[in-house]
Amino acid sequence: MSFMKKPAARHPRLPVNDIGLTVRDYEGGMSTLCAGCGHDSITGAIIDAAWQLSIPPHRFAKLSGIGCSSKTPAYFLGESHGFNSTHGRMPSVATGANSANRELNYIGVSGDGDSLSIGMGQFAHAIRRNMNMTYLIENNGVYGLTKGQFSAAADLGSKAKKGEVNMQPAIDPCTVALTMGATFVARSFSGDKQQLVPMLKAAFRHRGFAVVDIISPCVTFNDHEGSTKSYKYAREHFVPAVAADFVPPAARIKAEYDEGTVLPVKLHDGGVVYLRKLDEDYDPTDRIEAVHTLMRHGRDGEITTGILYVDESQPDMHELSNTTRTPLVDVPYSKLNPGREMLQKIQTRYR
Amino acid sequence: MRAPADNEFTLKIANVNGTGSASANGLIMKALFRMGIPVVGKNYFPSNIQGLPTWYEIRVSERGHLARSGYIDLMVAMNAETYRKDLDCVEPGGFLVYDSTWPRSNLLARDDITIMGIPLAKLSNENFSGARARILMKNVVYAGAIAALLDLDLDIISELLNETFGQKAHLLDANQQAIRLGYEWTRENLQTPLPFVARPADKTADHIIIDGNTATGLGAVYAGATVGAWYPITPSTSLMDAFKRFCEQTRKDPDSGENNFSIIQAEDELAAIGMVLGASWAGARAFTPTSGPGISLMSEFLGYGYFAEIPAVVFNVQRCGPSTGMPTRTQQSDITTCAFASHGDTRHVLLFPANPEECFYSARQAFDLAERLQTPVIVLSDLDIGMNDWMCHELQWDETYRPDRGKVLRAAEVEKLEVFHRYVDADHDGIAPRTLPGDHPKGAYFTRGSGHNMYGGYTESAEEYQQVVDRLLVKWDTAKRLVPRPAVQYSEKTRLGLVSIGSCDEACKEALQQLAAQGLSMNYMRIKAFPFSAEVQSFLDAHDKLYVVEQNRDAQLKSLLYLECEVAADSLTAVLHYNGLPLPAGFITDAVMQDLAKGVAA
Repeated sequence: MSFMKKPAARHPRLPVNDIGLTVRDYEGGMSTLCAGCGHDSITGAIIDAAWQLSIPPHRFAKLSGIGCSSKTPAYFLGESHGFNSTHGRMPSVATGANSANRELNYIGVSGDGDSLSIGMGQFAHAIRRNMNMTYLIENNGVYGLTKGQFSAAADLGSKAKKGEVNMQPAIDPCTVALTMGATFVARSFSGDKQQLVPMLKAAFRHRGFAVVDIISPCVTFNDHEGSTKSYKYAREHFVPAVAADFVPPAARIKAEYDEGTVLPVKLHDGGVVYLRKLDEDYDPTDRIEAVHTLMRHGRDGEITTGILYVDESQPDMHELSNTTRTPLVDVPYSKLNPGREMLQKIQTRYR
Repeated sequence: MRAPADNEFTLKIANVNGTGSASANGLIMKALFRMGIPVVGKNYFPSNIQGLPTWYEIRVSERGHLARSGYIDLMVAMNAETYRKDLDCVEPGGFLVYDSTWPRSNLLARDDITIMGIPLAKLSNENFSGARARILMKNVVYAGAIAALLDLDLDIISELLNETFGQKAHLLDANQQAIRLGYEWTRENLQTPLPFVARPADKTADHIIIDGNTATGLGAVYAGATVGAWYPITPSTSLMDAFKRFCEQTRKDPDSGENNFSIIQAEDELAAIGMVLGASWAGARAFTPTSGPGISLMSEFLGYGYFAEIPAVVFNVQRCGPSTGMPTRTQQSDITTCAFASHGDTRHVLLFPANPEECFYSARQAFDLAERLQTPVIVLSDLDIGMNDWMCHELQWDETYRPDRGKVLRAAEVEKLEVFHRYVDADHDGIAPRTLPGDHPKGAYFTRGSGHNMYGGYTESAEEYQQVVDRLLVKWDTAKRLVPRPAVQYSEKTRLGLVSIGSCDEACKEALQQLAAQGLSMNYMRIKAFPFSAEVQSFLDAHDKLYVVEQNRDAQLKSLLYLECEVAADSLTAVLHYNGLPLPAGFITDAVMQDLAKGVAA
C-alpha cells in the first residue's frame, strides 16, 4: 500500500468540533490512487463524518482487505490503529478485534472483489453475527490493481474497457446483506457527499453491522460507455428512496418534519436519524419490502440509494453472547485466573 | 517372552459405536485407577455417529507403562462384524468373552486361547425394558462380567456409579443391577477370576485421569485466554468444549453474570485464525484449536501473523493425513507443515507436549511465548494425547504466575514517547514494542502484510524490506533461547541414543527399558520445541548414532534436524510408525535391534 505523509501545515482558523479538533486531525496520509478515483471522495466523507461526530480519532479502528479500496484506510484517521489484512478476510479480523475490545468504533473498508468474490463467505457470516461495525464496500465493478477484470458486482451485459461483455449475473451486496439479516443497509454514490456523510454518521452510530455499499467509479478501468458503474451511468440511474438526516444525541432538533413522510429512528446512544422518504411507498423498516424494491429497480437498470433498511432493536454480537461490558482487553488477570483452589476442585472429577 | 501377570495386562473391548459403550468402558478404567493401579485407555473409534466398529483398549501396568502395549490378553468381543479380527488379535494363552445369547459358529474358534460365552443380551433383555435401555445396559452387564473375571473391587464400582448417577435414582438402580447381573452370572458359570487379575496397589495417589484436549482447554483458562475462535474439526473439538465448560464454571462475573470470555464459532478455519489475529492485535490472549486440514486453511494468516508480528496461539491436535486422511486416527505428520506454514520465508515457533499434563502447562507457555515473541505459536498435540484417557500427575498451579504480555506499551507509556514507530528494534533482540488500538493517538500504527519498513510504513525499497526480514531472524535466535529445552537422559558411557517427540515419549521410555534388558543402554532426548535450542545441538554432537522415533511416514522431525542443525549425514536413523494407531514400545525395540543386527552382519 502506497503511503505518503501529508504536510503538517494547517489553516489557523479551521473550525473545530466538540472535542476541539479540526478536520485535519481526522485525515491520514496522501492518497496514491488514480486522480479522480471515487474512493478518494469516500475517504473524504469518512473524515467529515468522523469529525462531525466528534469521536476521538484514536477510538476508531480501521480494517481492510486487499485491493484499491483496501488501501484507503491509510488515507484517513492517521491517529487510529489500522489493519490491512489479507484478501477477503477483513471481517474475521474485525470480529476478533471487536470481541477483544467492544468499545472501539470499527470501520471496515472493502471492495466488490474483496467482499463479493474471495471474501463472500466472511462478509455473509460477519453480517449474521451482527457485530458492531461499519462495513463499507467501495464498489466499482472491476479489479483495478490487476488491470480491469470483471468483479462479481459487474452487471449482466455490462462492458469492460476493451469491449468484453459480462455474461454472469451481478451479486448485489445490499440484497445479500438484507437476506443475511443485516440490521443496517445503505447504498450511496461516491460522487454524492451530501447523501454519503449523514449516511456514514448514522452507520457509525448504528449498533450492529452496518453495510454501506458505495458505487465508486474506477476512472481508469470502468468509467466508459457500456459500464454500469461509471460516473455517467450512476448519475443517470440513481433512485434515492430515503434521505437521512442525522441528529447527534446532544443536539436539539431544529428542522420540522412532516409526519408520515419522516421516520425518526432512535439510535442506541440516544441519537436520532430522521429518514425522509423520497419514494412515498418505501418503508425502510420492512426487510422484505426492501429486498423487493431493490430487485425490482435492479431489473430495470436502476440503482436504489439511501438508508434502505434499519433495525436498531436487534442485539449485537456481544449482547448475543453475554460478554462483559468491560472490554475483555481491560479485564485484569486476577479476574481471569480461577486460582489454585479451583483447580483442585475441578480435578476431583478426574480422580 | 512376556506373559500377562497380575496388574500387567491389556484388555480390549470391541463394540459398535453409538451404543453407549463409552461409559461402561470408562467405568472399568476408573475402577482400576481407584484401585491404585496405573492404567491408560485408548479409544479407536470410527468417523461416524452410529453403527460402525469401535474399540476401547485398557492397559493395566503397575510398573507404570502408559504407551499402547501392542498385545491383547483379554478381548471382550461384542461386535459380530469384527469378531473374526478380534479373535485373531488375542495373544496365545489369552481369553475372549463373547455374547452367547446367539450361537456362534464353530469355525470361529481358536484352541490356543480360552473362549467364554456370556449371555449378555439375554441378561439385559430379561431385566430391562425398552430397546435403548437394553442396548445400554448390555454394556454395563459386560462391565460386571469383567469385574468378576479381573477381580475388580465392587465397592469402588458402586461408588463410581453413585458419583455418576447419584441424582438420578432410576439410572443408578439400573446400572447397579446390571453390574450385579454380569458379575453374578460370570461367578456362577465361569471359572473366575482369570489367572491375571487386578490387585489393589498404591501407584495412583496424586494422579488424575484426563485427556489432553480437556487439559489444554483448562490450561488456556488459567493462562488468561479470553477469546477463543474455532471451527469444529475432529479430533480438536473437545478442546473448545472443555474451554467453554471451564469458562462457564469459572469466568462468569459473580455480580453481573456476564462472561469474561468470548467464544466464536467461525464459518471456517480461515476465519477462526483471522479472529485470533484480530483479538490478539487488539490486546487479548486469543487461540484456536484445530487439526491438519485446518492448518492448511490457516496458512495464509499464519504467514501474516509472522510477518506483521502478531501473537496467536494455535493448538493443532494432529490426525492422520494427507488430505482428509483418517480423522479418528493419530499421527505426528504436521511437523514440517507447521514449522513453515505459509508462503515466503516463514517459520513458526512450535511446542510438542507429550501428554495431557504437559498440554496443561504448554498452554500457558504458548501464550507467554506468542506475546513475548509477537508471533504465532503452534502447539502440536495429537489425537492420542488429545482424546485418549491418560493417567498423569495432578495439575498444579503456581499462584505467583503472571502472564508475560511481552513488550506492550499502554497509554501511560505511549504518552511519554516523543514518537512511536512499530518495528524499531531498540533492544537488539529482534522484538519491537507494540501498542494497542484505542489506547493513545500517538501509538497508532498501520498493520500490514505488505512490505513495510522499521517504522511501519509501506515500502518497496530493497534495503528497507531486507532490514525487516533480517530482524525477524534475530527474533528467531531469541526464540531459540526462550523455548523449552529438550528432556534429556544422558550418560557418557554410550554414543547411541533415541530422539523423539510428543506422544512417542511413553513408548520410547518403555523401549529404553526393554533395550536395557537386552543389554543395550541408550541415551534419550525428547524435543519439546522448535526452533531447536542449543541443547538439541549438543545432544546431537555427543552421539554417533541416533534413532529418530516419530509417527509419520516421511521422517519429518529427522528432516527438520538435518535442515536446522549440524548433523553428520548418516548419524540419524528413522524409526517411523504411521498406521494411525498409537506407537507401542515393542515397535521401537524391534526396529533398533534389527538395525543394529544389520550393522553387525554388514
